[in-house]
Amino acid sequence: MTALADVVAFACLLAGALLCLTAGLGLVRFPDVLSRMHAGTKPQVLGVLLVMVGAAIRLDGWANAWMLLLVAAFQLLTAPVSAHLISRVAYRRRHVRRDLLLVDELGTPGHQDDAHRGDEPGDAPPEHPAVRPAG
Amino acid sequence: MTVVGAVLYALIGGGALLCLVRLVRGPSLLDRVVATDTLLVIISAGLAVHVALVRDPTLVPVLVVVSLLAFVGSVSVARYVGGMLLRSRTGDGRDLGLPVAAEVEEGRS
Repeated sequence: MTALADVVAFACLLAGALLCLTAGLGLVRFPDVLSRMHAGTKPQVLGVLLVMVGAAIRLDGWANAWMLLLVAAFQLLTAPVSAHLISRVAYRRRHVRRDLLLVDELGTPGHQDDAHRGDEPGDAPPEHPAVRPAG
Repeated sequence: MTVVGAVLYALIGGGALLCLVRLVRGPSLLDRVVATDTLLVIISAGLAVHVALVRDPTLVPVLVVVSLLAFVGSVSVARYVGGMLLRSRTGDGRDLGLPVAAEVEEGRS
């Protein structure tokens, strides 16, 4: 029984570590911020979940298992939030390779918002679209 | 057992090294934010692998703290960076990055 549990735990750990390596590879190979963010968050969350499952199998006692479950829940909750924030800043600040986008639903005229781009710091001078040079 | 441990550490170390490559080379600040976030998560995965290999539960609370710190760091830097970056006026997606001082050192326009 313990041998079987060890085999399952090491399989989970190996899969998780492989997904960590995949996240690093995607981070190096992909062309722009959005795809790098995609590589850095989505395989990463699954890798951390698998590693936590493997560690919870290897450790004895429910207290450690609950704490590892807490880490996994934090990862599931926080990864979408940070990825959304980074991709929003990247899109609004034009850090996107537009020639690589197949569909740009936010680029349609209904979504253009010149006055409120957001994400300016609180002490930034107000930025009026009429004063800005055309670009 | 030791072979599996070596393979695990090699995989996670390789992922962390690739994150460091992107952290050094990343053309814009947002790339570096993404790379830092991923690097911290990979570090917490490495801590969990160490916990699982030696069956030592001492480091488990550290995992909670590291995973929360990664979130707070990346979100706050992303909020802060949003006001700093220059907007590209060409619209073809070229990255203008930071105002002059930080980008001149890298030799990019």
